Amino acid sequence: MTMSATKWVEVCHIHDIPARGAIRVEFGNHTIAIFRTFDNTVRALEDHCPHKGGALSAGIVHDDCVTCPLHNWVISLESGKALGEDVGRVNKYAVRVRNEKVFLETPTTVALSVA
Amino acid sequence: MNSKEHLVIVGNGMAPGRLLEHLLELAPDRYKITIFNAEPRVNYNRLMLSPVLSGDKQYEDIITHDDQWYQWHGIELHKATPINSIDVQEKCVTTAAGSVHSYDKLVIATGSSPIVIPLPGHDLSGVMVYRDLDDVEAMLQAASKVAKAVVIGGGLLGLEAAAGLHEQGMQVSVVHLADHLMEKQLDSAAGYLLAQSMKAKGIDIYTSANTSEITGEESVAGVTLDDGTHIPAQLVVMAVGIRPSTALAESAGLAVNRGVLVDDQMRTSDKSVYGLGECVEHRGVCYGLVAPLYDMAKELALELTGQSARYKGSVVSTKLKVSGIDLFSAGDFLADENGGGKGGGKGSGKNEEEIVVRDATMGVYKRLVVKENQITGIVLYGDTSDSAWFLDLLRKKEDIERMRPTLVFGQAYQGGAQLDPTAAVAALADSAEICGCNGVCKSAVVNSINNGNQTLDSIRSKTKASASCGSCTGLVEQLLKLTLGDQYQSAAVAPMCQCTQLGHADVRRLIKARKLKSINAVMQALEWQSSCGCAKCRPALNYYLVCDWPEEYEDDYQSRFINERVHANIQANSTFSVVPRMWGGVTSSSELRAIADVVDKYNVPMVKVTGGQRIDMLGVKKDQLPAVWHDLGKAGFISGHAYAKGLRTVKTCVGKQWCRFGTQDSTGLGIRLEKYLWGSWTPAKVKLGVSGCPRNCAEATCKDIGVICVDSGFDLHFAGAAGLDVKGTELLGHVTDEDAVEEHVSALLQMYREQGHYLERIYKWAKRVGIDEIRRQIMEDSAMRTAYAARFSQSQSIAQFDPWAERASGQVQTHEFGARKLKSVEYVA
Ligand code: SRM
Ligand SMILES: Cc1cc2nc3c(=O)[nH]c(=O)nc-3n(C[C@H](O)[C@H](O)[C@H](O)COP(=O)(O)OP(=O)(O)OC[C@H]3O[C@@H](n4cnc5c(N)ncnc54)[C@H](O)[C@@H]3O)c2cc1C
Ligand code: SF4
Ligand code: FES
Repeated sequence: MTMSATKWVEVCHIHDIPARGAIRVEFGNHTIAIFRTFDNTVRALEDHCPHKGGALSAGIVHDDCVTCPLHNWVISLESGKALGEDVGRVNKYAVRVRNEKVFLETPTTVALSVA
Repeated sequence: MNSKEHLVIVGNGMAPGRLLEHLLELAPDRYKITIFNAEPRVNYNRLMLSPVLSGDKQYEDIITHDDQWYQWHGIELHKATPINSIDVQEKCVTTAAGSVHSYDKLVIATGSSPIVIPLPGHDLSGVMVYRDLDDVEAMLQAASKVAKAVVIGGGLLGLEAAAGLHEQGMQVSVVHLADHLMEKQLDSAAGYLLAQSMKAKGIDIYTSANTSEITGEESVAGVTLDDGTHIPAQLVVMAVGIRPSTALAESAGLAVNRGVLVDDQMRTSDKSVYGLGECVEHRGVCYGLVAPLYDMAKELALELTGQSARYKGSVVSTKLKVSGIDLFSAGDFLADENGGGKGGGKGSGKNEEEIVVRDATMGVYKRLVVKENQITGIVLYGDTSDSAWFLDLLRKKEDIERMRPTLVFGQAYQGGAQLDPTAAVAALADSAEICGCNGVCKSAVVNSINNGNQTLDSIRSKTKASASCGSCTGLVEQLLKLTLGDQYQSAAVAPMCQCTQLGHADVRRLIKARKLKSINAVMQALEWQSSCGCAKCRPALNYYLVCDWPEEYEDDYQSRFINERVHANIQANSTFSVVPRMWGGVTSSSELRAIADVVDKYNVPMVKVTGGQRIDMLGVKKDQLPAVWHDLGKAGFISGHAYAKGLRTVKTCVGKQWCRFGTQDSTGLGIRLEKYLWGSWTPAKVKLGVSGCPRNCAEATCKDIGVICVDSGFDLHFAGAAGLDVKGTELLGHVTDEDAVEEHVSALLQMYREQGHYLERIYKWAKRVGIDEIRRQIMEDSAMRTAYAARFSQSQSIAQFDPWAERASGQVQTHEFGARKLKSVEYVA
């Protein structure tokens, strides 16, 4: 499909991400976790817990949140914010699903393609 | 007549049908209208094809506009006349037969066509799609001749086709790629209920099932799935999705993306040509349901009559037209275009919340997604009576804060003062049913309280209220509070987590009693108050199901903690540690050499001897794990499960073979036990020690299970701890030979597996159920012991596979290990 300019890059098919799970996407020094919730919403966050940098892609996904594997902070997938008593926020990225394909908004002004 | 502008419409489906109605109402005489339709018939209600298929309706019943209607309104309808080309310069269209018709304004409403996956065998006779009356007639004809059908695709259309064919007496299976039915409209909790209802009708459902081939010589013989399953069938219906029919527009040079691109006035890239219906793409969205098309038709009628028109997109909602199934969804539940907004990452920072209610007896599940006090998503199953009201609130972006506590119960519960929960219970009639499972009414519970049953437990045993699924526990507690006032101290059963009122013990009991065999089944039957649990309850439920239904339950990896998902221990820096099994702590030069090679080859930063008598390679990167395992596997190593709520280490001492005090072969016995017990999942980790004499060099007396060898045989110990708590073991008993050690130890382990609460180590479980009781069941009651041991052995028969070898093969859970790499290709300003 033709995409508007070069802003969105196709990452994978939605079924490549397990429901209530995540995959990782790397570019340069960044790792982005792309999540699929149990109701098929797709979200993208920096794969780096605001607490001590745990890999959020390795957490347990429930509702619209992920629980960090290292010390159980619960991070909202929608806002990137830590929930409850904990304070912190992780970068989020725009993703969209078109025709079951997952597209990620390129995080810098660099346009990207999947290697 | 000729002074009138000529409006030509290509396609005579649902959307133009509606357009004409509006247009004739607004300006009956403005246009001379000509319609071309590929189908050889008048305008009919496509939505009602399913009732025609099931036999509830005839074609005549679903006609919207008959021949007379067109005549009456002076509209020229060309049936069975497909348009082959459009010339936008000359402003004319050409039919397949070659006749040319000029237009002043043109509406393209070609709808969409079913997607056919080019599987081997897709062109066999007996493979059909489901879009128009011809398809229905073909299916009906097939149904009258053959017995078995497979529907590929478990979305709206596929399920309606399946139900219709089933009504026609066919034996029907649905094969669906995603993990639950209608995944674009439903969350998995509702998808589970839907599958249950379809199965109850007698329709087989295969989910996470990829069709690899349609078999047969000339006509269909069946469908083969990726995993080798073969489903015999003489009719195959492909209902895997639709694609906007854009070929005509594209060949005319109009701008086309996924659909024909239109603006808010429904104009295509040519100012005299409009697009309408499923064939268009508006603001990035292609629709597949009629409600938005009706909105478009209305705006287009305004536009065509020179009034200001503005189509802004639609919120879609879905219902399934299968009798006996009530299902509704709307808003942010779609993975595809229609729900694209949710994935847009434009989060405001305020979080979404969900409100969930479930009624297990009635098979009801309702979930509302609320964001900033507005409903943004709705899923209803089993009771859709309030769907219109919810949808209205959603569309109007109504502030729901005031109604929040009772919102999900529906419109009837709104208005009036907020009821506090106790007042609500007080207001119930004496005859109101409190416990649905056991049919206990309010007065029965209140009488029982007044007769001296002042705790939840005694009410349970006397009245049976809250004794089955436990979901009315809250109500019974309210009645206790109401009747006893301050006297009542609520029972201190800690709920598993915030998703439920039930404690671990109740959940374990009910899983077995009610034969609940999936996480969705547990959540629905026990009325979970969240849609898909949390990081506390999901791993626990997954363990209980793995333990209780070893042969039937399919392990849910997404409900396991990362360590158990990737079979390695996550470290502070998100690398992993790798600990292979070193049976009984014994190793060899070749094993050590293989470890040394792995350390060199993968630059493992640290190698350490663990406190559990084996070797830990620390700092392995996630994507290196499969290769590391591959190399270790070649040297004969399997996973040491150093990460598992399962069997960890069996520490041994050198024993009789070397030690001058040794009384038995403690090393050999330790290895034998480890080889028998490895791979089993347990409520918490399990460590063993086997010492060759009471000097106890293997520290067996602070392990979960310990064996101390003595001259006369073996002393069996259990319930020790040396971590957060330090506690010496209890003596279980004495046995005289190694076979008996194995039987007793495995029976004890199985008893713990069946009764332990998730994360409860053996010493805590033993304290809860009583050391004496455990001794009695394992040492004295030989029937019980052999039954436990047999169940353990049964479960082990499928539990002992090496998870590392599986993953090193590159076949299992591959998404966990690799990362997709994006590389920069081009800079934009
Ligand atoms: C590697 C090792 C330390 C070492 O370098 O020797 C170790 C490492 C960890 N232990 Fe341990 N324990 C290790 C032997 C022990 C022992 C000694 C033993 O087994 O004889 C104990 C005390 C005995 C006991 O279990 O009662 C021990 C008691 C704990 C505890 C406390 C458990 C408890 O219920 O009280 C935890 C915390 C937990 O499990 O929640 C723990 C948790 C951990 C974790 C898994 C922490 C975590 O959750 O990430 C550490 C993982 C490091 C890693 O990635 O490998 N580790 N840990 C030992 C691995 C043994 C093996 O070969 O598998
Ligand atoms: C079995 C079934 C059940 C459904 N149930 C529901 C439901 O419950 N709820 C809901 O909202 N939606 C439902 N839908 C979807 C709904 O029917 C469609 O959204 C709607 O019919 C689309 O209308 P349309 O006018 O855009 O296209 P269509 O109704 O597909 O009409 C397009 C017409 O254009 C004709 N055509 C195509 N190309 C040419 C050409 N070159 N020249 C001349 N004619 C041409 C086609 O033959 C066709 O008759 C269902 C669909 C099906 C098939
Ligand atoms: S004692 Fe165990 S849990 Fe604590 S730091 Fe050492 S290895 Fe980690
Ligand atoms: S790093 Fe995520 S909770 Fe500590």
